[in-house]
Amino acid sequence: MNVKKEIAFSPEALALVHKLLSRYPDGKQKSALLPILHLAQTEFDGWLSPEVMDYVACLLNIQPVEVYEVASFYSMFNLKPVGKCLIEVCRTGPCWLMGAEDVVKYIEKKLGIKDGQTTPDGMFTLKTVECLASCGTAPMMQIGETYHENLTPEKIDDILGNYEMLNERVTHWDKKHIKA
Amino acid sequence: MPKKLLLKHLEVPGIQSLDVYRQQGGYENLKKALSMVPDAITEEVKKSGLRGRGGAGFPTGMKWSFLAKPPGVPRYLVCNADESEPGTFKDRYLMQRIPHLLLEGMIISSFALGANTSYIYIRGELMYVYHILQKAIDECYAAGLLGKNIMGSDYSLHLHVHCGAGAYICGEETALIESLEGKRGNPRIKPPFPAVKGLWGCPTVVNNVETIAAVVPIIEMGGDAYAAIGVGKSTGTKLISASGHINKPGVYEIELGVPVEEFIYSDEYCGGVRNGNKLKAVVAGGSSVPILPGDLILKTTKGEPRLMTYESLADGGFQSGTMLGSGGFIVMDETASIVKNLWNFTRFYHHESCGQCSPCREGTGWMEKILHKILDGHGEMKDIDLLWDIQSKIEGKTICPLGDAAAWPVASAIRHFRYEFEELIKSGGKVNRPAYATHAG
Ligand SMILES: Cc1cc2nc3c(=O)[nH]c(=O)nc-3n(C[C@H](O)[C@H](O)[C@H](O)COP(=O)(O)O)c2cc1C
Ligand code: SF4
Ligand code: FES
Repeated sequence: MNVKKEIAFSPEALALVHKLLSRYPDGKQKSALLPILHLAQTEFDGWLSPEVMDYVACLLNIQPVEVYEVASFYSMFNLKPVGKCLIEVCRTGPCWLMGAEDVVKYIEKKLGIKDGQTTPDGMFTLKTVECLASCGTAPMMQIGETYHENLTPEKIDDILGNYEMLNERVTHWDKKHIKA
Repeated sequence: MPKKLLLKHLEVPGIQSLDVYRQQGGYENLKKALSMVPDAITEEVKKSGLRGRGGAGFPTGMKWSFLAKPPGVPRYLVCNADESEPGTFKDRYLMQRIPHLLLEGMIISSFALGANTSYIYIRGELMYVYHILQKAIDECYAAGLLGKNIMGSDYSLHLHVHCGAGAYICGEETALIESLEGKRGNPRIKPPFPAVKGLWGCPTVVNNVETIAAVVPIIEMGGDAYAAIGVGKSTGTKLISASGHINKPGVYEIELGVPVEEFIYSDEYCGGVRNGNKLKAVVAGGSSVPILPGDLILKTTKGEPRLMTYESLADGGFQSGTMLGSGGFIVMDETASIVKNLWNFTRFYHHESCGQCSPCREGTGWMEKILHKILDGHGEMKDIDLLWDIQSKIEGKTICPLGDAAAWPVASAIRHFRYEFEELIKSGGKVNRPAYATHAG
């Protein structure tokens, strides 16, 4: 049975939300929207469901549509479920010059999925993204908050193997920074 | 040894921490600045000739002096750490390695501008750097370098780091302000300029990470001494992000005025083109600037050696020159396909267009499709003229310069590499250079 759990931030995350809100002048709390949506992805399985976005709107005392329009604008917000490990491979010019296409093809073949898809076990999602300010160490990919650079097939095997072993959800705003 | 101002202490173990940074003289320049009157700091920055390192190269001291100062209205300094211009990775390097240099620059600059709250807007992908900065900020609060009465003065400042969430356009300063207000990153129509109406409608200065970091050595050595480094109106040092087909990619701090040839071939910098290959082309200032073939990047049409300065790189205008831009120096050797690279960049601009202006929203998509058609073997000769026509109708006709940034690579690729388009079209897409090196090669 799938019991719908109530949507609410953990007490640690809520404390962080209040800290973030205090950084902006009175009445400008909407400014905290982007950081709070990152936290929401960390807290709620790596993506933003309509229910989660409504919850955030409620927290910030703004209209739900103000959250939807922002969430759909920024590429880091996932509006559909993603695997535990979201692999973001840079495909822009300088990385491409150094073989980013090979990296994408290699991962596609290895995992049996295409760009944008998730493995059936829900472990990996592959996504191509734009320049991540790491062009001097191309080709590269990001997983959670970690940059993996100067990629080779062997390195990719090791890296993905490690995440599979870990078998935990990784997010851009790492859980450890919420607990701290 | 070339002079290092920003990366001087790069190799000092532990320089990320406040203690080690202070052992190297860190925050002494803040102390010095706090003993000056704010306008005197702006004056030094003016004298230094420092130009914005974010891409446009606008004189920083002049920008600061435009800041409106209506009584009773807060003013803001916002640091642009969005760094999303393809080929650029110097700000990440600086923030990650020496976070306190940026913070010291932020405090000094905020004091000069009379801002009591300032923000560093960092792109969301750089979340690990966000946490490095947050830790450094926490250290500063604990040491009395932020908060009330900094270093015993009567100046108070709150400094916050704020993360974006993936959007190249948020590097454009008015889009960045919208984003910092918790909205979509749609650039604003100017005027009003941020100096008059910026963050939450208040006067705001937006400066690049490297620009703000450079204020620290300017206070240390004085504006005149800083201006003595470099050539003409290209003063001081500049961080160059070097990538592509070179032996030693990385971030290099150069004194402005180094010959391009030396930058590419000397072991001090890029160490030459990989595998001893021939230099085909360079995009010298991030993906938005015109591409130049190897011979034109090394020498101007007058036969003079080209230098790494704003002026020398621009020599010849768009006919035969380019721009220093953000300093994202992308090198391509003889194996690179100019058309495929252009398709990739054009796809990028189409993906990143915010969609407010039709020429940018539609034009970038059309150009992407035509380039794809040519690469796919279905190109016709008239497509080249069509591409030219479209780019010319984007340039200068949009709200923000992303439109220009999408147009210039297309125009310059056609101008300098028309033969490669023709070759592809005539051969039905078959004559295509090995587009990129595989791992084995
Ligand atoms: C599409 C676009 C993207 C930009 N991206 C950046 C960026 O990532 N970082 C940056 O500092 N400036 C960027 N700029 C330039 C800024 O609008 C602004 O000029 C700069 O932050 C001013 O700082 P500076 O005077 O210190 O260079 C961008 C401009 C445009 C049009
Ligand atoms: S030029 Fe492009 S990115 Fe800039 S405002 Fe217009 S549509 Fe948006
Ligand atoms: S192009 Fe991949 S990190 Fe810049």
